[in-house]
Amino acid sequence: MLMGAFSGFSVTYTTGDPWLGVLTAFFVGVAISAVHAFLSVSVGANQVVSGLAVTMFGTGASSLLGRKMIGLTVKGFGKVPVPFLSDIPVAGPVLFDHDPLVYISYGLVLLLLWFIFRTRHGLNLRAVGESPVVVDAMGLSAVRLRYFYTMIGGGMAAVGGAYLSLAYTKMWGEGMSAGRGWIAVALVIFAVWHPARAVLGAYLFGGVGAMQLRIQAAGTSFPTPIMMMMPYLFTILVLLVISVKKGKGILIDAPGALGVPYSREDRT
Amino acid sequence: MRYRIVLRRRFKTGAFFEGILPVISIFAALLFSGGALLLFGVSPLAAYRAMFRGALGSGYGLSEVIVKAIPLVISGVAVALAFRMKVWNIGAEGQIYLGALASAAAVRFLPSDSRVVMLLTMTVAAIIAGGAWGYVAGFLKSRWNVNEVITTLMLNYVGIHLADYFIYGPWRDPSSLGFPMTPPFPPSARLPLFFGTRVHLGILAAVLLVLLFRLVIRWTRWGFEIRAIGDNPRAAEYAGISYGRNVVLLMFISGAIAGLAGMTEIAGLQGRLQPGFSPGYGYTAIIVAWLARLNPWGIMMVSFFMGVLLVGGDTIQVINPLRHPRRDTYREIRGTEPGA
Repeated sequence: MLMGAFSGFSVTYTTGDPWLGVLTAFFVGVAISAVHAFLSVSVGANQVVSGLAVTMFGTGASSLLGRKMIGLTVKGFGKVPVPFLSDIPVAGPVLFDHDPLVYISYGLVLLLLWFIFRTRHGLNLRAVGESPVVVDAMGLSAVRLRYFYTMIGGGMAAVGGAYLSLAYTKMWGEGMSAGRGWIAVALVIFAVWHPARAVLGAYLFGGVGAMQLRIQAAGTSFPTPIMMMMPYLFTILVLLVISVKKGKGILIDAPGALGVPYSREDRT
Repeated sequence: MRYRIVLRRRFKTGAFFEGILPVISIFAALLFSGGALLLFGVSPLAAYRAMFRGALGSGYGLSEVIVKAIPLVISGVAVALAFRMKVWNIGAEGQIYLGALASAAAVRFLPSDSRVVMLLTMTVAAIIAGGAWGYVAGFLKSRWNVNEVITTLMLNYVGIHLADYFIYGPWRDPSSLGFPMTPPFPPSARLPLFFGTRVHLGILAAVLLVLLFRLVIRWTRWGFEIRAIGDNPRAAEYAGISYGRNVVLLMFISGAIAGLAGMTEIAGLQGRLQPGFSPGYGYTAIIVAWLARLNPWGIMMVSFFMGVLLVGGDTIQVINPLRHPRRDTYREIRGTEPGA
């Protein structure tokens, strides 16, 4: 996310075109997660450690490269109200008066839902998550699939970062994602690996964040640092609720081979 | 006579390779960062030479390396202990903050003129607070199997903000001209320094903890249980080793040790609580533990190396055209190496 935020910002700043920024961010994300994919898929490194190392690399590299960008602003994405739809009372301004990336996020959810659950490729994707052995036996390369989707996922996370720097704040700041990448991980757990529930969760989390800002802006005497804890505490709370439920035998739907490195040699 | 070559799969990496691997990794990382430096128009050789000379070329540089290595060793032991049981304590950073916060609270509310009493109170406070922070994640993990990576990570942010709350709020030094920091600690709350440098008593704690880590893991029943669970949780469970009980205990102790790192850092070095006093030691500790392959001596060596990078980075900051390469160069160096 951070590398996406940074690279998107710098490209937009130099070219003046935010779309080019988003595109760059995507490919930077793909490149970085290719490293992660190499370490965790090919070398069989522990995925948590590899992910953590890649995260630290991104944090360091983006802050080093982004030093000159601090304090600059870009025009970035402006609000583009959708004609007619944005005139709908209440729902209009809430849903249809945003920058283009927000609309893309709507579309992406639908697209992914269709892709994951209604296409052959989606089936392969789910299969490789459940059991790479079976996928390999089917004559598909589990390794190639894992590489591909890890990289696509990394690219999407980077675009999420680019949203922060291009649309949300329109500037670059060191460590600006403030742990959102990790919250996203919690979201996936919250959503039990289902994109539709993930969206629900994302808006819920966003709501908590927005509420915190609103309360702050309303000028209560409630101390800021305590407010800032809320999204994180909320994450833990949600995770707890999910885990308690799971313990009762409901909703056990995590991919079977999650976090397990796969090697043809080791197949048993 | 005919020979047959048989290729057999080894289930354990050879001892030599195990030992040489981190060295290769570090070398590769230096090479990679060198490339990055080249892109910035800096000669990597000159930069590295300056870095190592700055860190190791003088008594002062060396003492500063040790100062930086102390919190890394302590928190490195903390996370390595958890990793041994394959419990992912990513929360050392938050535990460090909690430890520091609690020891600052001890200074504020239980002041004592006796150095021994004061320091002991602070240590106990730090251990309890850091341990409590770890305990939360351990308890949630054992009771409801809540993913500890996320909880410890989220608790980092909570801990840092909690410290901020006190520093910006009730504990702010009125005479600090608006700078957010607590009043300086009294001399009785400071760890003794050695040899006229900034090396403080924390070094003793660090060395003791490394020895203790070795001792516990290698020679005690509990250490055996940890290793057993780490290697095969199911087998351990069948052998009657309780995962739940151990994970809670382990996370408490891991957090307590990290909390201690927070205490030594502010009582030894900074003498007051400031926002952001730990520049990510808790995260670096993870890399330290992993690069050291959870080996106690390795933790010491890697921490020392990280200290060299930190101090050396400070030196290049002065001489080369990159304005503040320090934190990022070393982040890059450690960041490129997942170590497994």
